[in-house]
Amino acid sequence: MNTFRLMLTASCALALAACSTTEGTNDTASTRAATAINKDPYPSTYRPYPGAPTALVGATVFDGAGGRIEGGTVLFDGGKVVAIGGADLAIPTGYTRVDGSGKFVTPGIIDIHSHLGDYPSPGVSAHSDGNEATDPTTPEVWAEHSVWPQDPGFSRALANGGITSLQILPGSANLMGGRSVTLKNVASRTIQGMKFPGAPYGMKMACGENPKRVYGGKGRMPSTRMGNLAVNRQTWLDAKADDGKKRNLATETLKGVLAGEILIQNHCYRADEMALVLDMAKEMGYKVAAFHHAVESYKIADLLKANDVCSAIWADWYGFKMESYDGIPENAAYLQNAGACVVIHSDDANGIQRLNQEAAKAQAAGRRVGIEIPDETVIRWLTLNAAKAMGIADLTGSLEPGKMADVVLWNGDPLSVYSRPEKVWIDGALMYDANDPKRRPVSDFELGQPGEGDVK
Amino acid sequence: MSARLLIGTALLALSTPLAAQDFAITNATVATGDGSDPVVGGTVVVRGGKVVAAGSGVAVPAGVQAIDGTGKWVTPGVFAAVSDLGLADSEGVSESNDTSARGSPFGAALDVSPALNPASQHVAVAREAGITRASVYSSPTGSIFGGQGAIVDLGADGNMVVRPRAFQIVTLGEAGARIAGGSRVSAHALLRNALRESRQYGSDSRIVGGGRNAPLETGDDIPVDPRLVDNSAERDDVLLTRFDAAALVPVVNGSQPLYVVVERASDIRSVLALRGEFPRLKLVLLGASEGWMVASDIAAADVPVIADPVDDLPSSFEQLAATQSNVGRMVRAGVKVALGRLIGTTGEQPKNLMQFAGNLVSLTRVPGATGLSWGEAFAAISSIPAEIAGFGDRFGVLKAGAAGDLVVWDGDPLEVSSAAERVFIDGVEQPRGSHQKRLGDRYRDLDESDLPKAYDW
Repeated sequence: MNTFRLMLTASCALALAACSTTEGTNDTASTRAATAINKDPYPSTYRPYPGAPTALVGATVFDGAGGRIEGGTVLFDGGKVVAIGGADLAIPTGYTRVDGSGKFVTPGIIDIHSHLGDYPSPGVSAHSDGNEATDPTTPEVWAEHSVWPQDPGFSRALANGGITSLQILPGSANLMGGRSVTLKNVASRTIQGMKFPGAPYGMKMACGENPKRVYGGKGRMPSTRMGNLAVNRQTWLDAKADDGKKRNLATETLKGVLAGEILIQNHCYRADEMALVLDMAKEMGYKVAAFHHAVESYKIADLLKANDVCSAIWADWYGFKMESYDGIPENAAYLQNAGACVVIHSDDANGIQRLNQEAAKAQAAGRRVGIEIPDETVIRWLTLNAAKAMGIADLTGSLEPGKMADVVLWNGDPLSVYSRPEKVWIDGALMYDANDPKRRPVSDFELGQPGEGDVK
Repeated sequence: MSARLLIGTALLALSTPLAAQDFAITNATVATGDGSDPVVGGTVVVRGGKVVAAGSGVAVPAGVQAIDGTGKWVTPGVFAAVSDLGLADSEGVSESNDTSARGSPFGAALDVSPALNPASQHVAVAREAGITRASVYSSPTGSIFGGQGAIVDLGADGNMVVRPRAFQIVTLGEAGARIAGGSRVSAHALLRNALRESRQYGSDSRIVGGGRNAPLETGDDIPVDPRLVDNSAERDDVLLTRFDAAALVPVVNGSQPLYVVVERASDIRSVLALRGEFPRLKLVLLGASEGWMVASDIAAADVPVIADPVDDLPSSFEQLAATQSNVGRMVRAGVKVALGRLIGTTGEQPKNLMQFAGNLVSLTRVPGATGLSWGEAFAAISSIPAEIAGFGDRFGVLKAGAAGDLVVWDGDPLEVSSAAERVFIDGVEQPRGSHQKRLGDRYRDLDESDLPKAYDW
């Protein structure tokens, strides 16, 4: 079986590489240069593990796209969702039935903001691989070159949080921190074995306090918010002026953003700074996919809606630094109420295990000020909305036929503190089962050490 | 002039002490915090700032105002063990942050009580979330000793301190080793030297409770401050300042608990062994991620634990065996465990205590995991931390004679969708409102058609 998987891997890697060399800009010279560039030099080798045709029956199904079915049926086979419907949906022969009575089904949970692997456990200094804090703009670094696949945090996110996909970002020391990588939450010996096939790259940017503190503290630009913007703008202009005759990794990332191939994931707390970034994006000709840690999004929900930018936020973090001082628990509800895109994120190896609970808290904060948000909409914050902002909404994030069978069976309402994932499938393969002690990943690091294979 | 007068009047109104009310809440789901299951249709009576009765079959005395609690839950106020409430306006704003003192010449002598600010937004947020009492500590950074923590209330008044210098804190394990010069070996030497110096100093200086001098019982919640005892005792040892040595006298004589930050199983054993050399130490373990591995030892030593509720990552080499089942396993082994150490305002802010307690209940439905019953989980954030703080039967529990600290919730308090609706401390209903709340009010809509948002207040 391993040989078979490796063969598949090789052929697909070639196919991906071929695909990715066909893109470029309208400029003839840069098109020529671009065709010479392999845009996928570290291709995904992930292939779904074997799965059985499965019928989840009798559960409350949140489809991730805002739909809800009581006593629903979800069919998946060959790694894809085959059908979703009510109790009357016919189950083809050969499907294994899983009784979901009294339980809930959601798409796999997606965390748009994680540092698993680039700040792994144990958090020793030898593992500090998330910030290339030696230059305020490092678009040339790629998070996937830092991610340690043996981070035990991946397994906690799977078993306790139902996380099936996640975006690993560089840290926020730099204005431009580098490329992100989107992963399937599948244990692997290599990072390539975790990479989400077909996911676009993101580029991490950061507003505000962190870059100016880190570099101001080194006596170099930027040391102010105006310095932040100036360095950003000049970097964009320089990238645009690069004729591409000599390969430059930083420029390639920035040009990928300008071409719409790489999505901007922008750490930004304050509303006024987000508004400035939106203008900078227009000035330079790119789009922001999501503002992360956007604790003040509620102040400009209208602007964010108009610009179709998601806000990736915590439920209730606030006040831990100056730029988070105006965080309020109603942030998500106000955004939803204004029709803007909400994503609940973690930025935390513990929080990623409870995104469902964070969403429930944000929902409840809205209810207390008269904003009723249906459960099925709230689940979208953790699934389809995250997928949209990561550019993988055509592939996962909802239980639509043809999409990846990334599915969580919860032992109760996922918006209750008392519920936990019971089973998690990734591309139709059962990767976690609370009832089977062996059906949970144990990283190399944990072997032979206290707590190996324990419930976590 | 008139405007100033108006403002002055308003400030006066705000600063007027709120009066304790006599009241009863009836027909609510009542959880008393003592570990028992909630009772449906229960009543709680509060008079003169204290609980008179709680539970089912409780009659409302004549003349006591009855509040209909139908559909509500009533519990004692939550106790946030080992917090930094009142010590920072924003942790990341160093100018506002008094949670640690890396550059201080003192360690054990530090006393958080004069630095506490009841007007901190974090106090208001925690109070509105249902937390009424807390222990507050100063984080060890410059010395392995953090200094003396306080027991506080979160009432919206000028005084947070219930008991100053209520405990001393020392960090061992990885963090203590770094502070001590680079190894656990050094940290343990420093600790022993400090305790021996202070024992000698207490004796020589005739500080009450020091050496052969009998401890002085003041009969109230304000312990004697041995640092301030004038004396002319000579000292040979020079590692501790006079102030630090004096501060540790109550630790050595067992009148002030010593909270020890420790995670690894072997480190926990070493801490428990300290009592072989210093028999009167009143130890409390903080953290204890690997406590489940030595749970029977901890139970046999009768040492309580204030645990990080849901740590399950090997986030350091001293926490390799961390699991969310840690608390449940220790409780099953007979250890007294409170949840705590939630500091700051991010993922582990004090107001998440209820959520984390709920998570421990959820473990009872996970095969192979060890969780807590609802009553046990709620006790771990109410009566048990109060007992460890030295306020058993007074805080964190609804029983006759306990402080009138109670919370009316709109649902199960451990459920993430629930919230505190009314909070009473010493029978005084607490005002609602905070910076967060005002922002929420202002931005409920984004209408600026008449005036900027800055005029909406």
